[in-house]
Amino acid sequence: MSVNPRHHILSVLVENKPGVLTRVAALFSRRGFNIVSLAVGPTEEDRFSRMTIVVDADESPLEQIVKQLNKLIPVIKIGEIAHDEGVERELMLITLKATSDVRGQVTELTAIFDAKIVDVGHEAMTIMVAGEADKLDSFTELVRPFGIVEQQRTGRIAMPKLARQQVKLRAVKTART
Amino acid sequence: MKLTGAQALIRSLEMEQVEVMFGLPGGAILPVYDPLIDSSIRHILVRHEQGAGHMASGYAHATGRPGVAMVTSGPAATNIVTPLADAYMDSVPMVVVTGQVPFSVIGTDAFQECDTVGITMPITKHNWLITNPQDIPTIVREAFHVATTGRPGPVLIDIPKDVANMTMDWYWPESVDLPGYKPTTKGHPKQIKDAARLICQAQRPVIYAGGGILKARAAEALRAFAELIGAPVVTTLMARGSFPDSHELCLGMPGMHGNYTAITAMQKSDLLIALGSRFDDRVTGKLDGFAPDAKVIHVDIDPAEQGKVRRPDVPIVGDCKIVIEELIKATKSEISKTSKPDLSPWIAQIRQWQKDFPLYYNQEEGGLLKPQFVIEKLREAAPDDTILASGVGQHQMWASQHWKFEHPYTWVNSGGLGTMGYSVPAAIGAKVGRPDRMVWAVDGDGCFQMTAQELVTATAEKIPVKIAILNNAYLGMVRQWQELFYEERYSEVYLSPDLPDYVKWAEAMGCVGMRVEDAGDVETTIEKANEINDRPVVIDFRTDYREKVYPMVAAGTSNDSVILDPAMTERAGR
Repeated sequence: MSVNPRHHILSVLVENKPGVLTRVAALFSRRGFNIVSLAVGPTEEDRFSRMTIVVDADESPLEQIVKQLNKLIPVIKIGEIAHDEGVERELMLITLKATSDVRGQVTELTAIFDAKIVDVGHEAMTIMVAGEADKLDSFTELVRPFGIVEQQRTGRIAMPKLARQQVKLRAVKTART
Repeated sequence: MKLTGAQALIRSLEMEQVEVMFGLPGGAILPVYDPLIDSSIRHILVRHEQGAGHMASGYAHATGRPGVAMVTSGPAATNIVTPLADAYMDSVPMVVVTGQVPFSVIGTDAFQECDTVGITMPITKHNWLITNPQDIPTIVREAFHVATTGRPGPVLIDIPKDVANMTMDWYWPESVDLPGYKPTTKGHPKQIKDAARLICQAQRPVIYAGGGILKARAAEALRAFAELIGAPVVTTLMARGSFPDSHELCLGMPGMHGNYTAITAMQKSDLLIALGSRFDDRVTGKLDGFAPDAKVIHVDIDPAEQGKVRRPDVPIVGDCKIVIEELIKATKSEISKTSKPDLSPWIAQIRQWQKDFPLYYNQEEGGLLKPQFVIEKLREAAPDDTILASGVGQHQMWASQHWKFEHPYTWVNSGGLGTMGYSVPAAIGAKVGRPDRMVWAVDGDGCFQMTAQELVTATAEKIPVKIAILNNAYLGMVRQWQELFYEERYSEVYLSPDLPDYVKWAEAMGCVGMRVEDAGDVETTIEKANEINDRPVVIDFRTDYREKVYPMVAAGTSNDSVILDPAMTERAGR
């Protein structure tokens, strides 16, 4: 899958307080923006959480959404991670119909994708795949013929690439202030 | 020192130098009302929670200090939603305290429970649900800080009943620790320099002053700046009074019902200097056609306003007062280096428009009373620094057009949200904040019926506001649109001139009530009203229902097509 140019990855550092997720999510819907995926988790500091939000927007509305997000009191810092300047990963759990006759094939695919079988039943298997979003897409396509029972993805999380000189988040393109 | 949560809350409000609050008690907020008896804070008991919110807003407009309101949970909280939304749109600093059901039963659909924090999230700058009484001083301190700094706005503190009853160890935080909240106040030096350069090149500059001038207490700076560069100033609905109407550079209000010169000067301008204004659709008209030749310098403390509507050539994030002072310095130094274009052809053009297209109305002798005439007579009889409040609709536009504003903080109205019923409570709040000033409210009959009961509050609390109802027996602005754009099909817009009987109603609320039907009685009645200082006064002016607000730029059309009063055009033989 090629990179969708309308998809922007925002890395949002927020105060770890009740209601922060609501504030952020509600702002998106209120201003008419679509969230493709959203992942929240703790950071190295207890006080803060990090949200990785993939937004479907053009450049100019993106500028507005970033500015509006910045106005939320618990939002501390927002950076956009450009696709070529970040390391992106996503996790998927997928349960497939896998009776004994096809298990071999599934296991083989699992190995090729460096994935892991995490649960096995009489007629199904659950597999964990981690990696870039398009790897997860490819895996899904390849196992679709077996029959997908259930599938769940975490949404992307991302970190800026460790450049040789300096680690930095690309500032979101905004009017100079 | 051990205090209950309730005591700590009141104590914290005292620490924030709150002198007065507007409110109405109820179940969940009962514990907080108890220590109020022993407090130095004056409490004004309203008759409806919406009144408390608008009073706090009027108080904030008139004084520049945050307005404070306190109400109970559930329906009281939802009743104050409108004032919060109103204050959010107009950037009014307000702190609202709401009671909440005990924390232990939140989420069980308890009596008078509603998700106040959830409901008010999109219409407050920030809000807090207190879960631990120990947090109260910190939260109150943060709330006032957030409400009054940066772009001001309303905040809300929701306090559950059990938290108010628990005890805490009293302290007062020395500072506020909000890592995600650091408003920029100083303009970027390079941007200031770029702006000064544009200013010194412009041949047709217009200063587009908005409500931010008043919020930043920048009226004096604005005047110095305008006089330095010799540019005319338009004052938006939210900025009326920020620049004196009598000043030769003042063009008055632009926008949908602005005057021809203010609208057209912006249209023909080659440089708009937007100071604390936000390119509202009521100002710009159809956006594509707005000020097509103008470069834009946009000064606003809220970065999100930069480029939200119109992309500025020079955006400057900062406090209006500080930035204008920086602009003055930079422009002076730029002027000393280069020659500034002669603005006299531009000013001459503006004078011609002012002469050809003045505001117009015609009070015929013996004819029906014209609302504009009433406002002019009110203005003539009132002291220079009188505070004027208004509701929303035709009367609001006439008030803004025909009242002459000479001082900042003398105009209190609902601009962004357009809240009918705003004027009576807002005037009361303004009078509480400035008891030394005369306070008039110009109201419509439709608006008056929405919040008039607060005059009971005004009488009981001895707050002598004066209300002029421009009673045309219609929801006048709606009627105007139905006449002009809906083929005179008047749907659900008639109200009746004498149901209710406004004089009797006023008297029942402890006010003096008077009625004026003839233009000849206007002045004497206003004089009588101005002499009354011990109670509120209501005058029912029976005005001409056919009168419409002109000029007008119809919704969705460009500001190039200003519709003038047909009677004026006829008269001028155009």
